[in-house]
Amino acid sequence: MAEINAVYVLIARDLKKFVREKSRLLSTLARPVIWLFLVGGGMSRLVSDSMGMPYIQFIFPGILGMTILFGSIFSSISIIWDKEFGLMKEILVAPVSRFSIVIGKALSGSLISLLQATMILLISPIIGIDLGLQQIIYALAVSFLLAFCISSLGIIIATFFESFESFSAIMNFIVMPMFFLSGAMYPVQKLPDILKGVSKVNPLTYGVDALKHALLQDSRFTDFSIAMDIGVLIAASIIFVSIAGYLFTKRI
Amino acid sequence: MPVIKINNLSKSYGEIHAVRNVSLEVAKGSIFGFLGPNGAGKTTTINILCTLLKPTSGTASIAGYDCNTESSGVRNHIGIVFQDTTLDKDLTAYENLLFHAYLYSVKRKDRKKKIEDSLEFVGLYERRHDLVKKFSGGMKRRLEVARGLIHDPEVLFLDEPTLGLDPQSRSNLWEFITKLPEKQGVTVFMTTHYMEEAEVCDQIAIIDRGSIIAQGTPNELKKSIGGDIIYIKTSDNEKAASDIEKLLNLKPTIKNGEIYVTVERGDTCLPELIRTLGESVLSVRLQRPTLNDVFLQLTGKQIRDVEISAGATLKENVRSHRRKFGRD
Ligand SMILES: Nc1ncnc2c1ncn2[C@@H]1O[C@H](COP(=O)(O)OP(=O)(O)OP(=O)(O)O)[C@@H](O)[C@H]1O
Ligand SMILES: [Mg+2]
Repeated sequence: MAEINAVYVLIARDLKKFVREKSRLLSTLARPVIWLFLVGGGMSRLVSDSMGMPYIQFIFPGILGMTILFGSIFSSISIIWDKEFGLMKEILVAPVSRFSIVIGKALSGSLISLLQATMILLISPIIGIDLGLQQIIYALAVSFLLAFCISSLGIIIATFFESFESFSAIMNFIVMPMFFLSGAMYPVQKLPDILKGVSKVNPLTYGVDALKHALLQDSRFTDFSIAMDIGVLIAASIIFVSIAGYLFTKRI
Repeated sequence: MPVIKINNLSKSYGEIHAVRNVSLEVAKGSIFGFLGPNGAGKTTTINILCTLLKPTSGTASIAGYDCNTESSGVRNHIGIVFQDTTLDKDLTAYENLLFHAYLYSVKRKDRKKKIEDSLEFVGLYERRHDLVKKFSGGMKRRLEVARGLIHDPEVLFLDEPTLGLDPQSRSNLWEFITKLPEKQGVTVFMTTHYMEEAEVCDQIAIIDRGSIIAQGTPNELKKSIGGDIIYIKTSDNEKAASDIEKLLNLKPTIKNGEIYVTVERGDTCLPELIRTLGESVLSVRLQRPTLNDVFLQLTGKQIRDVEISAGATLKENVRSHRRKFGRD
């Protein structure tokens, strides 16, 4: 019971702060919208004919993946803030297992990302993607799974840093490469072998692929089967959350 | 019945011996003062006691739970106010306490009342819905004390609770702290390097460079360095001196036209002396040693003059930097 209370309150705190900070809410939504319309809209003119689909529609699953990537990573590395400004100590001396803290943080990141993903999904009619209820449910389920996976990865990253000065390093060397090597903006098959290899171990690749299955329903644009995507995401989630739990007991 | 037992506790960081062979017992319901200069090992000891740090050797237990092996039992029975603020500044006072109540699984039906009572206790009830970032340093400290009490701990740790507060907030906070054992039935274990604050403690241990160098009640410690000094001026110092010698069985000294004598308890001895010497007394003065004198005698240095290590200076800088930008 103690553990459930802790998980609950860690989630409640993050959600409350997320809803309270209107500017953060806006800026997390602004990024994907800007990418979708400015990058997607601009590139459409260049590439649409060769793809058999408007480019802006092609990148929509990728933009959803991006929303989840940033939402989850930001939510998890707020742990660094908590370490720097002290609240983490209050959490760590509580009679609660480290693993519950990790689960609470991973779930709060997942829920916040899911909230953002839902809002991005609302844009789909504007860019000409019509979704049935089943597709929406499928897309949200994949979003949640992907968000949990990335949030757990974010917790692992957070255990290695003590202050927020490292923030831009995390962005430049982890988040941006993950985004570009996920097939979100362009198909990965045409990349050089080494980058293709990296994209294969990038969990976001499978998340974006699963979202393409859900939203585009066109097998020309997907690289793996749905079963493979979901399987990899579940396996990666379990591995990441275990490592995060281990690191939390050892390092913090 | 000791509620905290520490036995031969040591903690080293490589070459740095932060805590060396510390043994202590703290009686239930008392206020225990852990005094020492910067870098003495106070925080390290507290971190071991509250299970955040593993000792290099030795044992410690709180309320019968071993700090090393039964951390969950220990954590359920302690409350802590850390040296640096550990509040969420983007939540309100009430929300911070609610967060704590959930972490400690305070029963649903008690939650609201416990939170409101402790807010009342520290005088922050009216401000409960304000964001913590709008609080002054003293208010944050009080809020942290309130938070530490919500789950009815047996022991409340206060690591330099008054650091960085102005004299008024300090005495304010002290009022709360001294009321704690009586009102909340909690044992208080606190550190400070303001010696005068330690006067209210029932027991004191002085730590320097990781080792305990003295232990006892404030009065015992003061007595250990010689007791009270009475200075008397009379119309006939020679005669008075021999009268005093007869009365107290102690040899007084005459210096600068004043007689002075060191006695165990100046306050009870003085009236007797005046009665004996009668009309001849011109002036009297009683000087009691302070804990500062104790520290001075034991370490050969004033606690506040102790050379601050580079690390401690850096820590202070960071703190004042954070304060400046309102993030602390
Ligand atoms: N994580 C650490 N790694 C290395 N040395 C440490 C670490 N933490 C503390 N120390 C060292 O241990 C010693 C005791 O530090 P501690 O923080 O316990 O002192 P303190 O009595 O609380 O001092 P202050 O009054 O400044 O808070 C210091 O010399 C400090 O530099
Ligand atoms: Mg300290």
